[in-house]
Amino acid sequence: MSNVYSGLIVMALVTYMIRVIPMVAVKGKLKSRFIQSFLYYMPYAVLGAMTFPGILYSSGNVLASAVGGVFALFLAYNNQSMMKVALGSIIAVYLCQRLL
Amino acid sequence: MKSDLPYNGQIKLTNISNDFFYGFKHGIPIALGYIPVSFTFGLIAADGGIPVLAAVLISMTNLTSAGQFAGINLIIHGASMLEIALTSFIVNLRYMLMSLALSQKLSSKISTLKRCILAFGITDEVFAISSIRKGELTFSYMSGLIAGPYVGWALGTALGGLTSSLLPPMLQSSMGIALYGMFISIVVPATKESKAALAVSAIAVSISSIFKWVPYVNFVSGGWVIIIATVVACSIGAIMFPREEDELE
Repeated sequence: MSNVYSGLIVMALVTYMIRVIPMVAVKGKLKSRFIQSFLYYMPYAVLGAMTFPGILYSSGNVLASAVGGVFALFLAYNNQSMMKVALGSIIAVYLCQRLL
Repeated sequence: MKSDLPYNGQIKLTNISNDFFYGFKHGIPIALGYIPVSFTFGLIAADGGIPVLAAVLISMTNLTSAGQFAGINLIIHGASMLEIALTSFIVNLRYMLMSLALSQKLSSKISTLKRCILAFGITDEVFAISSIRKGELTFSYMSGLIAGPYVGWALGTALGGLTSSLLPPMLQSSMGIALYGMFISIVVPATKESKAALAVSAIAVSISSIFKWVPYVNFVSGGWVIIIATVVACSIGAIMFPREEDELE
């Protein structure tokens, strides 16, 4: 094992630098229309890429996770709150795992 | 004042504690979603012989899921500090993009010191909630949003390190979908209203699927996949559907 506390400090410093540098360095509004549009679309791209296919491997049972994902899509499409979508998908995955 | 419109569009008073409260409320689902994930982190750390206190300190100083899992694995297996630093850098590089995007949404009145504090709390989920929010982001809102998830992340780690099983394994594995459910609840309503948002999401999903399943490119690590998918999908979005000046508020 490496020294846990040295590792902790290295990880924390590297991670923090990544987060803090852009936030402190870029204070004004960027003028470029391309960059502004790019940043505007970022949440949709990041969330899309993080959700799929990752969601399929979230429970250790691909079919149950897929059912949970479809149920989450259904709830979200019907404008349910974030909490309901999250809980609904957990219940769907749990029930599927019990039944399969 | 456009920036004072919360989610539901009601006019509210510009009030520090009110903003903190809104942020805190929006952070509750994140905090709940974090508990099973950080629980697993605590469990893995304890199994690998890491003291519980050290695991909790890692969670409190890093606040990153994939980065911590990769890091703890390296520590357990006796990796060098250089390896740990490089891995943390690669796995967490996506935060640089998120931090840049949020720098554009933060109120220009927020001081450098406060920006340094907020930067610490940028996670995928905090970014997701705050970047979708209309108008400028205040320090109170952001600190409220970060507070709950921060506590949930540390608490889950401690529980995972101290107890071998908090919940029946099947229920615990089912909870893994919670954060994804949250992501879906953010993206889907937006894509119903905007074809551009739908196109950008669909492109990003296709790219991440390619990196998962297509031979020769499926070795690329998760952190890079998100960066590549984001850069390509947003560039296409910005070229094909550029935002008008007045839409960008």
